[in-house]
Amino acid sequence: MTQSKITKQLVSTTINGEPVEFLCEPQQSLLECLRDILGLTGTKEGCNDGNCGACSVLLDGQLVNSCLVLGVEIEGRAVTTVEGLADWRGLHPIQQAFLEAGGFQCGFCTPGILIATKALLDRKPNPSEAEIRAWLSGNLCRCTGYDKIVRAVQAAACHLNTECEVDA
Amino acid sequence: MQPFTYQAPTSVGEAVTLLADSTHQARPFAGGTDLLVQMRRGLYAPELLVDVKHIPELNRIAFDPTAGLTIGAAVSCAWLCDHPAVRQHYPGLIDAASIIGGAAIQRRATLGGNLCNAAPSGDSIPALIVLGATATVAGPHGTRSIPVADFCIAPGKTVLGPGELLVALRIPPPVPRSGACYLRFIPRGEMDIAVAGAGAWLALGEDGSITDARIALSAVAPTPLWVKAAGEALIGQSPTEDAFKEAAAIAQAAARPISDVRGTAAQRRHLVGVLTRRALQGAYQRTK
Ligand SMILES: Cc1cc2nc3c(=O)[nH]c(=O)nc-3n(C[C@H](O)[C@H](O)[C@H](O)COP(=O)(O)OP(=O)(O)OC[C@H]3O[C@@H](n4cnc5c(N)ncnc54)[C@H](O)[C@@H]3O)c2cc1C
Ligand code: FES
Ligand code: FES
Repeated sequence: MTQSKITKQLVSTTINGEPVEFLCEPQQSLLECLRDILGLTGTKEGCNDGNCGACSVLLDGQLVNSCLVLGVEIEGRAVTTVEGLADWRGLHPIQQAFLEAGGFQCGFCTPGILIATKALLDRKPNPSEAEIRAWLSGNLCRCTGYDKIVRAVQAAACHLNTECEVDA
Repeated sequence: MQPFTYQAPTSVGEAVTLLADSTHQARPFAGGTDLLVQMRRGLYAPELLVDVKHIPELNRIAFDPTAGLTIGAAVSCAWLCDHPAVRQHYPGLIDAASIIGGAAIQRRATLGGNLCNAAPSGDSIPALIVLGATATVAGPHGTRSIPVADFCIAPGKTVLGPGELLVALRIPPPVPRSGACYLRFIPRGEMDIAVAGAGAWLALGEDGSITDARIALSAVAPTPLWVKAAGEALIGQSPTEDAFKEAAAIAQAAARPISDVRGTAAQRRHLVGVLTRRALQGAYQRTK
């Protein structure tokens, strides 16, 4: 099979709640499609092999590394990227909590960590510190030493959870 | 990555036809957490990826107290680990499935891919072996069933022939007073490849003595290793610390570890002793 036979494929999907159509080649990762075709550069490329979590997105609500998903796989499905967190009211409570708690420094890991946090809190509104650390083990941060990230996740859980007493 | 074409068949028959077509080099594609990484490194350049995640038989978990557990080859680790019957009846399998990667990898990685990738360090393979799992395989000449213990033949190599597709893993129903446990050693808390790992399964008789036992190891031989003699040495014995130590010593002797970036052969052999003993203790706790 020669390269000339590989044609672009049309992908119809939903990204951050909006219907989207794009053309891509089968070997292009979802990460490449988001960044290079759709201009959604909030999602970052760190390692391109599943280890760093900078490329985290939600696929039908499930946390995945977009560097290990093919663009063609999202046909008919729904993707949420960091660009989909804020709405017309302003920042998402998770983003607000990271801002207030200083949950980032350079910010390169932050889009992935925000998305991973959303996936965690959607699943478990009140995670323990150990659960937060275990869940975020696939998201590497070179700057913060993680403590402030954990505090930010705890604060976000509080904001999103009416029964929680704020102590963060 | 090299260009390729992508197909997402919706039946086993269609998938086998695509895989068996010798005019192109095709490869099954499940979670892609091994395959895409290896393709980027240039290990393979398949011309066709056959996405197996849209085939109903590969996308199901079924538990029946008399038939046992069937896990479709495309079931993600996260799906498996959230399944109430699997959690209740096969905690030894959860030990392994829950440590393959972090939260994001868990949602894509499959036990089918872990087995077919045939890494010596594949965490689920020893757990599947000690639980007596068999692999259901479909191919151009029909369907066959292969014990997981015989599935891997060399690093990255399996018994699968051209055009063959892993459909499901089957695990026998849990027998009374039995328990399994899988443990691995990694230098950090999570997100790492095993330096060494050990799985153990025990069944006790009504008098509390061991009636059957299996021990299997990861990352200490070219393939996941079933140490039959270590299990057999336990049969008829009481589940005591001394008996577990004796079995652990047999496992240590059977291991053929190498030294690499993750650990030395001596460290691995030491770990086999510790992990086997602890996995036996864990399995014994679960017989209760
Ligand atoms: C960051 C990271 C961390 C990881 N941590 C671990 C870990 O802790 N422990 C561990 O054991 N592994 C780990 N892995 C490796 C990998 O995630 C696992 O081996 C996983 O189970 C592979 O499953 P998959 O569905 O992604 O397989 P894929 O990558 O889709 O496929 C793997 C291989 O199996 C073949 N294949 C897949 N499905 C079938 C089928 N139905 N029939 C025939 N052949 C098939 C493919 O062609 C390919 O050769 C890690 C990987 C990454 C990237
Ligand atoms: S870029 Fe995807 S995990 Fe690092
Ligand atoms: S803030 Fe810099 S990598 Fe996390």
